[in-house]
Amino acid sequence: MLEVKGITVRYSGLPVMRDLSIKVAQNQTVGVVGANGAGKTTLLKAIMGAVKVAAGEVHFNGRRIDRLRTEEIVRLGLIYVPEGRRLFGPLSVEENLLLGAYTVGDEAAKQRNLEHVYELFPRLAERKKQAVGSMSGGEQQMAAIGRGLMSSPKLLMLDEPSLGLAPLMVSEVFETVRRLQAEGETTVLLVEQNVLEALELSDWAYVLQTGRIRDEGPAKDLLASDGVRRAFLGL
Amino acid sequence: MEELGIQILKSAVSGLIMGLVFALVALGLTVIFGVMDIVNFAHGEFLMVGMYTTLLTSPLLGVDPVLTLPLAGLVGAVLGVMCYFGLIRFLLRGPMIAQLFGTFGLMIFLRNLALLFMGSEPRIVHEGWLVGKSILVGPGVVLESTKVAAAALSLISFAVVWWFINRTRVGKAITATSLDAEGARYMGISTEYMNALAWAVGGASVGVAGGLLVNFWPVEPGVGLLFTMIAFATVALGGFGSVRGALVAGILIGFIVNLPPVWDAILRSIDAAGLRGLEIHSFKYTMVYAVYFLIMVLRPQGLFGWKQ
Ligand SMILES: Nc1ncnc2c1ncn2[C@@H]1O[C@H](COP(=O)(O)OP(=O)(O)O)[C@@H](O)[C@H]1O
Ligand SMILES: [Mg+2]
Repeated sequence: MLEVKGITVRYSGLPVMRDLSIKVAQNQTVGVVGANGAGKTTLLKAIMGAVKVAAGEVHFNGRRIDRLRTEEIVRLGLIYVPEGRRLFGPLSVEENLLLGAYTVGDEAAKQRNLEHVYELFPRLAERKKQAVGSMSGGEQQMAAIGRGLMSSPKLLMLDEPSLGLAPLMVSEVFETVRRLQAEGETTVLLVEQNVLEALELSDWAYVLQTGRIRDEGPAKDLLASDGVRRAFLGL
Repeated sequence: MEELGIQILKSAVSGLIMGLVFALVALGLTVIFGVMDIVNFAHGEFLMVGMYTTLLTSPLLGVDPVLTLPLAGLVGAVLGVMCYFGLIRFLLRGPMIAQLFGTFGLMIFLRNLALLFMGSEPRIVHEGWLVGKSILVGPGVVLESTKVAAAALSLISFAVVWWFINRTRVGKAITATSLDAEGARYMGISTEYMNALAWAVGGASVGVAGGLLVNFWPVEPGVGLLFTMIAFATVALGGFGSVRGALVAGILIGFIVNLPPVWDAILRSIDAAGLRGLEIHSFKYTMVYAVYFLIMVLRPQGLFGWKQ
């Protein structure tokens, strides 16, 4: 479904990512873990066309997308839920959600997606008129994920959805990913520093370090591997 | 004392009326600034183009000046989009200072273009439904119907833009882009398209404002500067990027500009010998900036602003 082939990314001339490749198959949850500054966000932004890919290729459902603009990539069904959420703070929850369906022309489909999101996150339904910026971090993360789901994406890329949330909210976020897996409509690429949880959820995972893939494999195997246990789990 | 009472009423009414026109002039500036963080020094020249559009097309088409307003809006929108694609888009890649000089250059360019084609003679609409008619609103308070109609049409235009931005899908995309352009791109909203749209909406609203204004304010190639200055103060006062702020601040500035005659009347009624001959109303634009500076000190983001 998604194939990143040997990409290089530079920030003002300095390469922060070199010859990196990953693959995501349909209906598979793929985790990308790594320390702060490893290049996780850079990878997702490169896929989205938000940072320039200096070398290599990105393919999505058989189409080469590394030369496309972000808004064209979104229309292909590839959605990025950014780190730090980037909600439109003064707008209401529902306005934010509807902006997530900006590319959806069909009114009925839009309403269906809205209902789906409200069913997934009843708290958003209760607060749909509230300014999204005035909600708690956990509620905002639900709004961000909900907004990402509003265009019924084929692939949803979540960038550190548990960052800075209270423990209860963290488990709720991962619970949401489980529900999406169960529904089977959306493939998820999950970027996390919360390595244990992310690996438990994923089918396949990559370990990123200073812009390179240091390790990859079935998530359960990585979870059991010495390298990962020592580096991330303090064991 | 009676003179004073009448003067206050008169000033309040004309303040409200001028304020609504100021608000419409500032609306385009605030929409463009909100989306792109760019200050358009040529904004008053857009207004001038709108004024000339109505002045010239009304006799040409043989219709009343009021009926040419949609045309003035259209010309403003086209001009805005042309400026965006021809100039602003390139300026965005440069530093802030390039944007300042760029739109400043645009101002000089449009002004000289007008001088070339229109000459320096001030001109005004002489005939029309609105011209030269007045209505009596109270004892001694006579209003030119031109200004009343201009105020009403300003309010209507304002309402249309407000509705577009706050109630339509594309309008919300404009808001999203002005809040976080990169975040909006992740929703599939093209920043380029929203920028161009902001220039179209901004150009259209200031074009309509020009078409209204020329019914009671003479147009000449240099007319823009005063209105650019007032629009800047309005936008800063109301809050950069805030549509509601532009309305409130526009009316506020209308009041400020029309307040000095009240002071003059007070001075006359107390017959202050030492102050005889001092005409406060010649300082009316100074007062606008005095209030502006005061608000900047107390509340730098403006009355309704979310941006600095
Ligand atoms: N806009 C930028 N300009 C320059 N360097 C950047 C920029 N964004 C990120 N970096 C650098 O790129 C590296 C990868 O960052 P990032 O992708 O944000 O990591 P992660 O998401 O894994 O924490 C870091 O060394 C970071 O300092
Ligand atoms: Mg990151």
